[in-house]
Amino acid sequence: MTITQTDPAVALANLQASKPEKVTIVLLSGDMDRAMAAFIIATGAAAMGMQVTVFFTFWGLNTIRRKGAASSAKDWLRRMFGLLNAGGADNLPLSRFHFWGLGTKMMKVVMKQNRMPGVPELMETALELGVRFIACTTTMGLMGITKDTLIEGIDQFAGVTTYLAEAKQGSVNLFI
Amino acid sequence: MIQADVKLDTLGYFCPMPIIMTLKKIKELTVGQVLEVVSDDEGIKKDMPAWCDTTGHQMVGLEEEQAKSGMIYKAFVKKTK
Repeated sequence: MTITQTDPAVALANLQASKPEKVTIVLLSGDMDRAMAAFIIATGAAAMGMQVTVFFTFWGLNTIRRKGAASSAKDWLRRMFGLLNAGGADNLPLSRFHFWGLGTKMMKVVMKQNRMPGVPELMETALELGVRFIACTTTMGLMGITKDTLIEGIDQFAGVTTYLAEAKQGSVNLFI
Repeated sequence: MIQADVKLDTLGYFCPMPIIMTLKKIKELTVGQVLEVVSDDEGIKKDMPAWCDTTGHQMVGLEEEQAKSGMIYKAFVKKTK
């Protein structure tokens, strides 16, 4: 067996040349249309070979909550909030024309007729393409959202410095 | 007419699905083979060259065809790596 030694300088140059571009997206909104835009960009960027991280905070956390999962927060105020603020990728309202659910339902019918993927399908594709999901722990605590109520596949539970460390190297950083 | 080795039907799918389907399909090809992506989304005319630019695959050509249901676009991508 022969062992080939690579020159560290060459290895570093190769690594730098092959280093993929980074994209970070902060998803603060829990609106269906905004979440769709975020995941379309995320999947598109991943398909282009870019490294993508989506950071979920505030209402954006609703997209990665399991539908119907009850909050197991310790105090009743947060449990109550978790209950009132229904989650689930399939359960997001439109930012406009929601009309107590009717507008959103109509939009989903049109999307289905046109074979357009919805938020759950786009999210699944994103995970499949290696998009990393980070859930913001501060807002999770604030909103009574516990880890056990989130979907599987969350890469990290972290805070602002983790996001900034990623964003510093990002060539595209979006806030949605 | 460009000769393709493999054909991928993305008719009826909107952005970003044709690109994602292309990405998945091109992995099955061997280097040098040409993939024909058929789409009715006009965006593919700009999106496919952009995807090729960043991924390094080669855009060999684009054909447009008037069908009964509207325009159909055929993008030809050569796998380079």
